[in-house]
Amino acid sequence: MKKKNVADLNKVDVTGTRGEPWLYTEKVKDHFFHPRNIFYTDKEAAEYEKEADGVGQVGSPACGDVMRLYIKVDKKTKKIKECRWKTFGCASAIASTSIMSEMVIGKTLEEAKKITPQDIVKALGGLPARKIHCSVLGDQALRAAIDDYEKKKIKS
Amino acid sequence: MSKAKPKRERKKSIYLDHAATTPVRPEVLEVILPFFDKYYANPSSLHTPGLRVKAVLEQARKSIASHLSCLPQEIIFTGGGTESINLALQGVAFAKGKGHIITSKIEHPAVLNTCTFLEKLGYSVTYLDVDRYGTVSPEEVEKNIRPDTILISIMYANNEIGTIQPITEIGRVAFKHHILFHTDACQAAGALELDVHKLNVDLMTINGSKIYGPKGTGLLYKRADIHLEPLIHGGGQEQGLRSGTENVSGIVGLAKALELAQKERMKESKRLTQLRDYLIAQVLEKIPKSFLNGHPIDRLPNNVNLSFLDVEGESVLLYLNEYGIYVSTGSACSSHKLEVSHVLKATGLNHDAAHGSMRFTLGRKTKKEDIDYVLKILPEIIESLRKISPVKMDVNKIWNRKDEKEERCRLK
Repeated sequence: MKKKNVADLNKVDVTGTRGEPWLYTEKVKDHFFHPRNIFYTDKEAAEYEKEADGVGQVGSPACGDVMRLYIKVDKKTKKIKECRWKTFGCASAIASTSIMSEMVIGKTLEEAKKITPQDIVKALGGLPARKIHCSVLGDQALRAAIDDYEKKKIKS
Repeated sequence: MSKAKPKRERKKSIYLDHAATTPVRPEVLEVILPFFDKYYANPSSLHTPGLRVKAVLEQARKSIASHLSCLPQEIIFTGGGTESINLALQGVAFAKGKGHIITSKIEHPAVLNTCTFLEKLGYSVTYLDVDRYGTVSPEEVEKNIRPDTILISIMYANNEIGTIQPITEIGRVAFKHHILFHTDACQAAGALELDVHKLNVDLMTINGSKIYGPKGTGLLYKRADIHLEPLIHGGGQEQGLRSGTENVSGIVGLAKALELAQKERMKESKRLTQLRDYLIAQVLEKIPKSFLNGHPIDRLPNNVNLSFLDVEGESVLLYLNEYGIYVSTGSACSSHKLEVSHVLKATGLNHDAAHGSMRFTLGRKTKKEDIDYVLKILPEIIESLRKISPVKMDVNKIWNRKDEKEERCRLK
């Protein structure tokens, strides 16, 4: 049933680089070319959006970065079960959202709220100085998603 | 019998960034090499080896002058396009002492930042708007002329979007008002007419490294009767306008590169135009929500600048890089200032759409197969990145409203 997607982000050959100096660390490249916890079709994303416990979006297309983050929370343990996302932006924006989505799974909401941009940059093995502002968005998107979850909970 | 070793597929390397710089072509490389170790004398020396080199230098000057239809003494060799532009703008400004300069918003930073510098020194500068194709209007130039206007500087063709400016008409306006006219022809050389009389220019900048010549070489055409104040003082070479021992190998290479560029101009332009239009038409057909930046017809034969909505340029660039396709982007994320291209902004394109702009500039070695490879890879990359993009832009809303404020982007 699954349509073969030739340009599947996970299947892009990244071994071909001939050692040219890169702006980004191997970790950034890895997450940029193989982003984790993404959606493969728009339909999948639309369906997930309906069942997600919290959704948060930050950034603006005019500034070149937009992140939309979805979380599912275990009601008993208050731990984040799933975290999926969509990002419009440069390589560091995509890589930082990807790595953050891995970092938060299994964390309690309180723990997740404490994630700082520095934590994300550190996990990526560093970012070029002028790129650091991009990853600031990841934690903001996460907080927005958690806020959304908590607001929904109060209402219900 | 043992099985044949599987052939390792050669990694593609498709360079489509010729507006950034070109390789030195073999014919040029061949003529410049002896000037490093065989004919190394200083052309200012009076001994035989020096005079021999001096003769070669002047021969190069004559050859270039013949292509520009000017006098040999009207050619000043410099260290590149940026230096020529600085010499033209500052040279005129300092010679006049004060006054007003007219330029456009889409010039190369070499012009724009020199103008900013001159503004700090008390000169005034008008930066003309362009239309959505990036064209400067000669009428606008004329309207902005003031009694104290000393110089008009408008580029021949734009480096980002390839739009060719109505230089001849602007030159006519300048002539009518007795104002000096400089054009930055770095991108135009090799593709367009360079006869300074047909173009009505008083000053013209050409760069060696954009026409398959060596980097660090350039020239300024300066009409014989114009007085310039030099920027570099010293031994008085280049009529006192550019002191320092001449870069003989570079100058010889520049002359050879220009000679070949002029010789092949018509044929090569025709070939590139066909490839360019093929690439544009195919991309627009294959990739939804894509459009062309710059003028559809009055455009450099090798320039293709496209915007892809909902994706960001740096990401596309890095993916293309992985496939061995080397291009440029007007996206802010790839620039050191984190600002979108000033050229795209000047055409009225909004920031959202400018972030997804890509520039492909073709060259002598570009073949149809290369374009077909791009056409195979590019739509897949755009599709993949769109899948993970939360942004859904509206193709009908890519132009800035006049009253739109500059959005302040977070920069902590």
